[in-house]
Amino acid sequence: MKPSTLIYAAFALAMPFCPIFLNAYWTDVFNNVGLYAILALSLNVILGHAGLFHMGHAAFYAIGAYTTAIINTSYGIPVLWTMPLAGILAGIFALIVARPIIHLRGDYLLIVTIGIVEIVRIALINNVFDITGGANGIFGISRPTIFGYRISKPDQFFYLIWGFAAISIFLLLRLEHSRFGRALMYIKEDEVAAGGSGINVAQHKLTAFVIGAVWAGMCGTIYASKMTIIAPESFSFAESVILFTIVILGGSGSIPGVILGAFLLVGLPEVFRGLAEYRMLVFGAAMVLMMIFRNQGLLPPGPKNYDITSLLPAGGRK
Amino acid sequence: MEEFFQQLTNGLAVGGIYALIALGYTMVYGVMKLINFAHGDLFTIGAYLGLTLLVSMGLFDKIGPLPAVILLAVMVMILVAIIGAMLERVAYRPLRQSPRLSAVVSALGASIFFQNAIMAIYSPKFLVYPHDILPKSAVNILGLDIPIMRIILFMSSVVLMAALYFFIQKTKIGTAIRAAAIDQGAAKLMGINVDRVIMLVFCIGPALGGAAGLMVGLYYGQINFNMGWMFGLKAFTAAILGGIGNIPGAMVGGLLLGVIEALGAAYISIAWKDAIAFCVLILILIVRPTGLLGERVAEKV
Repeated sequence: MKPSTLIYAAFALAMPFCPIFLNAYWTDVFNNVGLYAILALSLNVILGHAGLFHMGHAAFYAIGAYTTAIINTSYGIPVLWTMPLAGILAGIFALIVARPIIHLRGDYLLIVTIGIVEIVRIALINNVFDITGGANGIFGISRPTIFGYRISKPDQFFYLIWGFAAISIFLLLRLEHSRFGRALMYIKEDEVAAGGSGINVAQHKLTAFVIGAVWAGMCGTIYASKMTIIAPESFSFAESVILFTIVILGGSGSIPGVILGAFLLVGLPEVFRGLAEYRMLVFGAAMVLMMIFRNQGLLPPGPKNYDITSLLPAGGRK
Repeated sequence: MEEFFQQLTNGLAVGGIYALIALGYTMVYGVMKLINFAHGDLFTIGAYLGLTLLVSMGLFDKIGPLPAVILLAVMVMILVAIIGAMLERVAYRPLRQSPRLSAVVSALGASIFFQNAIMAIYSPKFLVYPHDILPKSAVNILGLDIPIMRIILFMSSVVLMAALYFFIQKTKIGTAIRAAAIDQGAAKLMGINVDRVIMLVFCIGPALGGAAGLMVGLYYGQINFNMGWMFGLKAFTAAILGGIGNIPGAMVGGLLLGVIEALGAAYISIAWKDAIAFCVLILILIVRPTGLLGERVAEKV
């Protein structure tokens, strides 16, 4: 067994016991880390696996959170029931906006996605369709309940959020090693060669976009129910930058790297609370230094080894 | 109709500022094929340095408003040019051989760094320029009352753009810059020091951006540490609109975007003013990625 596997196993075993040893404040910090980790993992599908420079992830997150907030406060439907719809709407939105821009070159895509997240934020502030509550946002979102068990305290949220994170990690690992995941990896490495091998590049990129958006939308549901109040400022461009930085600094394309990134960027500043003002200053400098000295991130994905026989169709042995 | 012409002149004044900032994006893109995300923040630095110099030196009382503004602009441009050259040296030169997207992330990092450095050094609040230094009166042109500020603003951006255009087209150094933009390798073989050219581009672009920052401070009267993002994104839109990498394109694109935005704010909705520029950006990238007069940016897949 590799040492890294042992570390991941120890991490997975230790996490469920954290709330016992942490006070409410630190449990809440871990909850935030968990939320950012899930969001960054969803961005990782787009940015890390497909290699699309997407900096508007907060837009999808916002659509999920607002879907939950509006349906919950207007129709009284329990929040967790709105989760699939939040994901689907975010996915549909991603499909609509990404379709015409998917063919843009890396840095242009980045600019357009920044434009999209700003347009979404301005639309929310301007109370589009009269349902988003304008600059004040929406309040009075109810807490989630699971089988009649109401979740409201930080340690209860801890299990909800990290439980969802665990499911996400499992599914995303499966995705990474699936036929689709391997195709994305190929596209990222060499788009022309991938296209030449019969991979529909535009369609794969678009699918990656939609998968990332659906996951971010569902994460929005958890965020809305955790905060019980949401406002456009929670989904600003700065939020997208933090998510982007988590993925890039952690190691784009690597699930452990992204989780480490979330701990470093969201958790670590809490340790140095007195220096909170300088947090972003350090982020900026870290991004520059990281690109110069280690542009693959802290924990980059290792080289992939596939046993050729396992990839061949059934009975395809030598 | 009066309203229309007022908005038109306002749009041209603001568009001149966009054009000046857009020139920095477009020149750097032309030579390095890099979107310098930190450019908007160099513009902000220009506005803050302008305020600091203005307040600390008391130039307006000593030598009168017009020479004072010119002297101030020259000092701001030199200082911001130095910062721009340092940025290139520290954040971009080590990445010359790296994948292009590493440089983009580095640029974003530099932008975040500058923004927060300004916030830490000055304050997160809006700062106010002294508002009695330039004439507030208006002149009557063809039956329209146009504030003198707008005319000064528009004229100064036109003068700066004309100077740049002359410099790029007619001088030897300008020719070297154009050569490096077309083919760096060939330019090197012709004896052009490409590193120096890049350094120079990172002086000229930020200098123009810094001048634009000073102009925004004088025109709007208040500045904020993160205003560079909005102005930067819009100037970038202007550069794309005109065709990125293309110097006259940035000028045309800037003026055009200023006018579109002013008219959009007046006739569509003021609350959606910022969204209009981004819609223009997205539309232009979808419909005509080459911009009005420029390079192709989208790949067919």
